[in-house]
Amino acid sequence: MAASKKSTSKLKNLPPALMIQIHELMVKSRVLEERLIKIYRAGESYFWIGGPGEEAWGVPLGLLVQKGQGLKYDYLHLHYRCTPTLTAMGMEMKEAIRLMMNRATDPSTGGRNFSGHYCFPKWNVAPVTSPIEVQYSISLGTAHAQKKAGTKRISIVSGGDAGTAEGDFASCLIWASRKNQELPLLITVQNNRWGISTNFEGQHGESQIADRAKAFNIRSRVVNGNDPIESYLALKEEMDYIRSTGKPSFIEAQVSRLYGHSSASGANFIANEIDCIKEFEKKLLDAGMISKKEISHIWKKYEEEGVAMAEEARSEAAPRAESIWDHVYANNENSDWRKF
Amino acid sequence: MANMAQAIRMALHYAEKNLELKDVFGQDVGAPLGGVFTATQGLKTAWNAPLDERGIISMAMGIAMTGSRCVAEIQFCDYIFNTMDLLKIAGNTLWCTNGQYNLPMVVMTPVGAGIRGSIYHSHSFDSWASRLQGWKVVMPSNPLDAYGLLLSAIKDPNPVLFLKPKALMRVRGEELIPGEPTSEKELKAMIDAPIGDRSKWKPQWPQVKDYEVPIGKGKITRSGERLTLVSYGRHLLLCNEIADELKQENISIEVIDLRSIYPYDWQMVKESVVKTGRVLFVNEDTEVTNFGEHLVYRVVQELFYHLLARPRVIAAKNVPGIGLHPNLEDATVPQKSEIKNTLLEIINEIP
Ligand SMILES: Cc1ncc(C[n+]2csc(CCOP(=O)(O)OP(=O)(O)O)c2C)c(N)n1
Repeated sequence: MAASKKSTSKLKNLPPALMIQIHELMVKSRVLEERLIKIYRAGESYFWIGGPGEEAWGVPLGLLVQKGQGLKYDYLHLHYRCTPTLTAMGMEMKEAIRLMMNRATDPSTGGRNFSGHYCFPKWNVAPVTSPIEVQYSISLGTAHAQKKAGTKRISIVSGGDAGTAEGDFASCLIWASRKNQELPLLITVQNNRWGISTNFEGQHGESQIADRAKAFNIRSRVVNGNDPIESYLALKEEMDYIRSTGKPSFIEAQVSRLYGHSSASGANFIANEIDCIKEFEKKLLDAGMISKKEISHIWKKYEEEGVAMAEEARSEAAPRAESIWDHVYANNENSDWRKF
Repeated sequence: MANMAQAIRMALHYAEKNLELKDVFGQDVGAPLGGVFTATQGLKTAWNAPLDERGIISMAMGIAMTGSRCVAEIQFCDYIFNTMDLLKIAGNTLWCTNGQYNLPMVVMTPVGAGIRGSIYHSHSFDSWASRLQGWKVVMPSNPLDAYGLLLSAIKDPNPVLFLKPKALMRVRGEELIPGEPTSEKELKAMIDAPIGDRSKWKPQWPQVKDYEVPIGKGKITRSGERLTLVSYGRHLLLCNEIADELKQENISIEVIDLRSIYPYDWQMVKESVVKTGRVLFVNEDTEVTNFGEHLVYRVVQELFYHLLARPRVIAAKNVPGIGLHPNLEDATVPQKSEIKNTLLEIINEIP
């Protein structure tokens, strides 16, 4: 499909170097996810879930975050499809692979949790939780602390469309929008039109999820999350708005789910969904900003990195059985009642 | 002497001033009411949350994630059940992140029967709470312990659940809180909000001081030789009364106020049971499956050959609620007579 006139003209809205950077990070994230699926298929992992199809949304988000630790930086409350965001923030492939292969070296969970359940305190990335949607209400707390500290920093929360049926999503809209107590929170929903097998119509009566925010006087919009330029510009605008007003904003990003829900549903490529990387590459080629050769070089570079990292992770230590008692309490205080 | 509500208020005030406590919140916790049991009246950082328990717990988790200290309240523990998975997440966050994110938060909530609260204002939560891994769980039986345990809870880097025996909120202590004026009247005039218009009222806080009751440490409230009676919260007071009564009959009972449900003071229980050979655990959560059963299990495993009688648990009847009529409540929740009779049975048991 040739790039439409409308989106070609949008190309001019971002500096070329930034677009090339976005493309490269999108590819890196995709190659990483495909490597993770291969690791799962090879029987070297128990479960895969991730974000192929969300790169055009997730990468711009990661690039726009004010990253660092503590109240002087943004907080992120992500869900399990946010590899593109973390890749854009600087997460290395090996960190995701170690998590996937549950090595003791896994920087997020020490081999304790599923793939995609990232946690990076150095960037204020809150631990991804398996229960769907609790991140929405937890994000209120970091936004509250940020507001209280008087920084112009924001909290960002993301999740899926089906999960918006949970009460925590409503909690988020209610608490973030109280009059004169509004919170600096970017609320996002990546709408891929599926739960696991429940489709959008199977759960939603509203036309747009973003409309729900309107009822709370929260500024909201819908973006084409398959277009990285549209995503970038919308995110930038909303983040600037939140930073300057201290009020929340809501974005519904319409995205693809390229490999189904997770390894539980096979993790096979779904050809009739829009592939945002293929689309973006066409645009960049049409605009003469990149060559086919450069594109294939980028893909190859990350393929090789992924293979090498998987080999490295394979040889790394597994968590020790005794470590189950570690970190029940802070400072490894005794948690084993047999030893009280 | 302060009552427990006043003691809690003073602890929170001390923490606001000295321990960087920045948020005290929950339903009706802020002005003008200051909590349905008045435990948060007059506090600088107290504010009203929406009527949303899940929101309250997760707000606390987010605040704690930034390293900021907060105390969140669930108005009655009867309404904490819809936050169960959040409590679970709060307790497992440090573990799941391999030690990277600790949540220094306190959740306080009134528990138990004794105020004729019927089905939804009489629940207990101690046995449920004992299964929330990663949490510490405490329950005071007097104002001074409430003060000291709350300060320990606020200082603790882990999530701590502070269970308030609601029937004891108006009960005065026998000991002064460090810095508390000696006159009850004077204290009341200083820190109790007036009835009516409170818009201009400001508390006059006494110069209360730091005081800790370490989490995980029990207290022997009556020493004795014939039997070990272990309880906490409201029932501890009944146990003390029983011990005092039996003392008149020359039967000496050792009473332990566990104070912390998890981690619990096993060494204190163990030494006492080794000494007396007989033990009864008393609490008002339902009997199936009860935290006291865990303690009995441990007694049997570790102290079996020291025992002179079967160890036992008295807890609330395993029924879905606590009925409003006193006949119903009394038949469900352990009463003094039941505790006393069982205790005598155990003492009279011949090995
Ligand atoms: C509270 C809860 N219920 C059920 C599940 C099982 N589950 C995992 S993913 C999922 C579907 C989520 O769909 P959506 O929110 O649209 O996000 P998507 O995976 O499509 O990005 C379900 C039901 C869960 N993880 N948590």
